[in-house]
Amino acid sequence: MAKPIDYELFPEGVSRGGLGKFLLWLGFISLFLLWGVYGAFRILGWGIGETNLDNYFGFGLWITFDLAVIALGAGAFFTGFLKYILDIQPLKDIINLSVVVGFLCYSGAMLVLTLDIGQPLRAWFGYWHPNVHSMLTEVIFCITCYLIVLIIEFVPLVLEQKQLNKVPLLRSLAHNMHVAMPLFAGVGAFLSTFHQGSLGGMYGVLFGRPYAFREGFFIWPWTFFLFVLSAVAAGPCFTVLVCKTIELLSGRQMTTYKVKTLMGKIGGTMLCVYLFFKFADTYAWITDILPRAGLRFEDVFHGPVYGQWLLWLELGVCGVLPAILLMVPALRRTPFLFYTACILNGLGVCVNRYVFTVQTIAFPAMPFDKWYTYVPNWAEIATSLMILAYGAVVVSLAYRYLPVFPQEAGLNKQDP
Amino acid sequence: MEFKEFTIKWGMVVDLDKCTGCGACMVACQAENNIAPISKYENFDASNKLRTLTWLLVYKMENGKPFPEHEVAYLPRPCMQCEHPACVPVCPVVATDKNEEGGIVSQIYPRCIGCRYCMAACPYHSRYFNWWDPQFPEGMDKTLTPFTSARPRGVVEKCTFCHHRWNAAKERARKEGVDPMNLPQDWYQPACVSACPAGAITFGDFNNAEHTVGELSKSQYSRRLLAKLHLNPQVYYMSKRPWVLAMLDNYRAGDAHGAEGGQHG
Repeated sequence: MAKPIDYELFPEGVSRGGLGKFLLWLGFISLFLLWGVYGAFRILGWGIGETNLDNYFGFGLWITFDLAVIALGAGAFFTGFLKYILDIQPLKDIINLSVVVGFLCYSGAMLVLTLDIGQPLRAWFGYWHPNVHSMLTEVIFCITCYLIVLIIEFVPLVLEQKQLNKVPLLRSLAHNMHVAMPLFAGVGAFLSTFHQGSLGGMYGVLFGRPYAFREGFFIWPWTFFLFVLSAVAAGPCFTVLVCKTIELLSGRQMTTYKVKTLMGKIGGTMLCVYLFFKFADTYAWITDILPRAGLRFEDVFHGPVYGQWLLWLELGVCGVLPAILLMVPALRRTPFLFYTACILNGLGVCVNRYVFTVQTIAFPAMPFDKWYTYVPNWAEIATSLMILAYGAVVVSLAYRYLPVFPQEAGLNKQDP
Repeated sequence: MEFKEFTIKWGMVVDLDKCTGCGACMVACQAENNIAPISKYENFDASNKLRTLTWLLVYKMENGKPFPEHEVAYLPRPCMQCEHPACVPVCPVVATDKNEEGGIVSQIYPRCIGCRYCMAACPYHSRYFNWWDPQFPEGMDKTLTPFTSARPRGVVEKCTFCHHRWNAAKERARKEGVDPMNLPQDWYQPACVSACPAGAITFGDFNNAEHTVGELSKSQYSRRLLAKLHLNPQVYYMSKRPWVLAMLDNYRAGDAHGAEGGQHG
């Protein structure tokens, strides 16, 4: 079979499909990208009135999306921490992908935030006029700094591209950046822990919102720690899912199943730790926080849209169930159950971020007020899809041209 | 985050038994503060009340009983200017603060980045976002006042107890040789208070013994809205109807409410 025209750009020892097919794929993704760009243009041009957000739902799909992708992108810092600081060597076979996914999640979240804030040109005020008491200030600082760390972690992978790596300067640069990587992994772990936490803290400090408010330790509400734990539980599993998706779309194996299940086991372990504290937190919330606000457990749920099923879905179907599937070796070794567990784990963190974002503000604290519902409109959906499309474009390019998977050449022997 | 105590603490006591729900306070507030009715992008259609800007909003309360026991009450809700505001500590850029004599929670429009975190924090829904550029129907621009700046799109705004009227009152005091820190009660009155035909809203300095609000807030019929959340509003509501008082906070079965007198803190 003739080699694709861009063959010389491929990673060493692997084969890829034809360029035309690849461009067709990119073109398909670009449709979503363009739809989102149109939405973004209207939002930046006319205002956030283009969305379905309103004065009751100042936070909606965008903030839920941001928090969810940042949690799912936690695989980057946590895998980096385990690989470079705790020296768990098998993770070297998936660390590159976790960095790419992390970079996409964080940069994507920042793009959405640019649309979400009413005055994007004032975004830098977070640095210039910081309120040190605000959890959001901590988020702004840590997310932007951590994105820089992720870029530093991503750059060596780009420099290792087959042709670029022939340039002695770039090769030396990539090599030396690798040498310094444990330092960046450490900085990244610190920054990421704090902003994952402060995203949770953002809700836990809302003492006017009984659905979200939590007591805590020193200045940090319990949600601070719960968000860190749920993110490190879901992040590794999401990296596995991205890897599996690449494998399904390309028809090639990228890493061994053993590496994937190791990531799953790590995620499952963290999920168990998380669930222990989450159940304790939920109990304290029901028996202490809500009664002090004059509320019963059932008062903070409403109808099918904001029903208790969300809580049981989060804690049971997307909590206990995947924890069992990921922790019992025999179940973990069954691919169907393993990938199901990874999906449920990721879904659980999304539900958690959703209820903390939307249900928190949907609950009418004033007894004479009523529940309102919020449904995102096309502008919010299009711009969120734009971020997913952006991620798909970058992952596709990385898969085709960058040496993301060290095991790939060995696992696909038919390659030249 | 600790908040300052102030020599002057402006606040309101709203008598819910006097309020007829006429909405004059809302209209006065809109006109006084140059609040845009709604954007041309929504064809000046203000029917979506979750999008309109209403610094002061009148809520309707009902006792839930059938006629002839059926009763209604109306609750005007300005910004509560809480002693312990939920909105101030969360703002990432210090665009809202409680740091000035009088205890009015400020909103600095040129500083606000429009993240809406303060809106998520406020259980009273006192904060409003400019979803569009402010637009005024033709002719209405002639009615704008020079005392309050119009806000651009993308920032949060809220009731300021007509802060500019306080500045005017202090100016008058200086001219007339009166101590600006000890204004007569009727010298500084927000637009909603002046406009209320029923005299349902009393406004003044809680710390000034010559002002009536301090005494009214200590009445056994006075309550603060959602007192259990400890935001400690500088707005009190009065009613002699137990069901109205009971609707000012959430109560579980067995919780005491209604008859324990004022909660002035």
